[in-house]
Amino acid sequence: MNSRDQILAAVKANQPAASALPDLDGFAAPGTAGVEAFRKVAETMGSRVITISSEAEIPALLKEYFSDMPLIVSADPAIAAWCPNAPVNWKEGDGRQLQHVDLAIVRAQLGVAENGALWLTEAALQVRVLPFIAQHLAVVLQADTILPTMHHAYNVIGDLRSGFGVFIAGPSKTADIEQSLVLGAHGAKSLTIIIV
Amino acid sequence: MHTPDLKDHAVLAAQFNANEPRVNWHDETLWWVRQKRDRMAWSLPEWEALRDAASAIKHNVLGNLHEYLLEFERNAIANGAAVHWAANAAEHNRIVLQLLQQQGVKRIVKSKSMLTEECHLNPYLAENGIEVIDTDLGERIVQLAKEPPSHIVLPCIHKKKEEIGELFHEHLGTPAGNADPQFLTAAARTHLRTEFLQSRVAITGVNFAVAETGEMVVCTNEGNADMGAHLADMHIACMGIEKLVPQRKHLGVFLRLLARSATGQPITTYSSHFSKPKPGQQLHIVLVDNGRSRQLGRADFRNSLKCIRCGACMNTCPVYRRSGGHSYHNAIAGPIGAILAPNLDMKQYADLPFASTLCGSCSNVCPVKIDIHQQLYKWRQVITEEGQAPASKAAGMKLMAAVLSSPGRYRFAGKAARWLLRTMPGLINNRFNPWYKQRELPEPPATSFAAWYKKNR
Repeated sequence: MNSRDQILAAVKANQPAASALPDLDGFAAPGTAGVEAFRKVAETMGSRVITISSEAEIPALLKEYFSDMPLIVSADPAIAAWCPNAPVNWKEGDGRQLQHVDLAIVRAQLGVAENGALWLTEAALQVRVLPFIAQHLAVVLQADTILPTMHHAYNVIGDLRSGFGVFIAGPSKTADIEQSLVLGAHGAKSLTIIIV
Repeated sequence: MHTPDLKDHAVLAAQFNANEPRVNWHDETLWWVRQKRDRMAWSLPEWEALRDAASAIKHNVLGNLHEYLLEFERNAIANGAAVHWAANAAEHNRIVLQLLQQQGVKRIVKSKSMLTEECHLNPYLAENGIEVIDTDLGERIVQLAKEPPSHIVLPCIHKKKEEIGELFHEHLGTPAGNADPQFLTAAARTHLRTEFLQSRVAITGVNFAVAETGEMVVCTNEGNADMGAHLADMHIACMGIEKLVPQRKHLGVFLRLLARSATGQPITTYSSHFSKPKPGQQLHIVLVDNGRSRQLGRADFRNSLKCIRCGACMNTCPVYRRSGGHSYHNAIAGPIGAILAPNLDMKQYADLPFASTLCGSCSNVCPVKIDIHQQLYKWRQVITEEGQAPASKAAGMKLMAAVLSSPGRYRFAGKAARWLLRTMPGLINNRFNPWYKQRELPEPPATSFAAWYKKNR
């Protein structure tokens, strides 16, 4: 018998009687999640939250906050138009071509108020490593896609299949040295959330 | 006594306790993490309901593990992954080595995986000429120090920043005497970026695997798993067979509990869902048993397989906090390690279930409600019945049982002890009596309670 069959047989012989799964509906009671609730948690997670009324304000915002960053790349076609320095072929390659990107701008499918997390899919990232390898990250989030909890989030994304998806809740961080919090471990050193 | 080649928690703890200020600092730091966890738990009115749900989901997983494993395998293969099965640590290591040799690589990156620690993958690959660079900062630090992690979430919690500065000076060329966490982290970022960019294979652990979708979720704060996996031509994900959850929506429960229990954050910075390899990439999933199916068959101990490796039981444990992770001489330390290890090797880890006060704090903070302290108590009985308890402990217990089961012997022993403590305290309060270590025995009462009651009733 090979290991696979051996393991499966042992598991089958030893597993206890089956029990029912709990009902999770009670955790996802209909409710609203305000921008303010999201902002408060996101800021404690180390994110910077900026609210704008229209995406047309993004170019001005880039000037105000990111003028010191020469190489800005966006995976979103509308926003990419405002990033003139991005190489046209930035999507081509195994991801290493992005090692000098200063700022990546991507679009979130939804945000979660209880923990400040943003759900990003492969389609929105174009290149999977983009939000990790860029020195800084900015995420555009529609205010009406903010949900109260992770249960609400999975109710939306549960059936959607993506090759890769990630919840990002703040800049990359570590507290491995004497529990001192340091932002910018391996991924983006800062996260700016632009709520529209 | 223990045979000399066996490691013993009490002996190792005594070594850790030699430096008292260090122990106090370790104790206070972990208690601070425990308090952060409490604040998070108290901020959610549904916290207890979440723990119940998590425990029930995991219970369902244990009862249907055979079916879920098949479902996961089917879906993972449909997603384009290759699935490997390893009956034990040695087979796991062989599978990984073979994949690395296929790729012809000599140096690879790995993100946090307690399973690969359990299997001693790094030394095995080193023997075969392949260097593994651990990329979690804490793990890289202990790797440079040639030590194992002392905590599953906070691998170098036993190290002071000055020691880390020293290590970085030696290995990464940072200026001598610089022990600033911000500076050292920046140095590690630069060093490990080079490794990520050079590495063609990345190994990651797995926090959760979903039967319904064949995907795996990996949680980090640093982003090291993602930097490794997305840049690599081959991603190898190593997981224990108990890591499954039935459906994607169940992740909501576990991701709400994991980081809150572990470090007191509402969620880790990154919760990455890997289902399909990126175009041109190979994704290999290694499913490891290594004793888990045996533990599944032990009715008293199978709940230990519900563990989501948050480390909350360690942060709260009065014994762990004051004895350090290395005193458990096992990849997983603390209360949860002490109930998992005897299943791997009852002789080698016979000391661990005794390294507890049975106060029950571990069970109270466990996000999946494992009855940890009850299992510690039950392991003691199994270990003693199997003849694996240290001879001195077994003899002491026999003597105790003989005294406590006979009122006459009990009365005599009490009288003798009171007389001895009064007239020759040195005979009892000496270094040969383990109960005298780090504590004074109380003043002996003039009379026993039984005698007092007879006189005063």
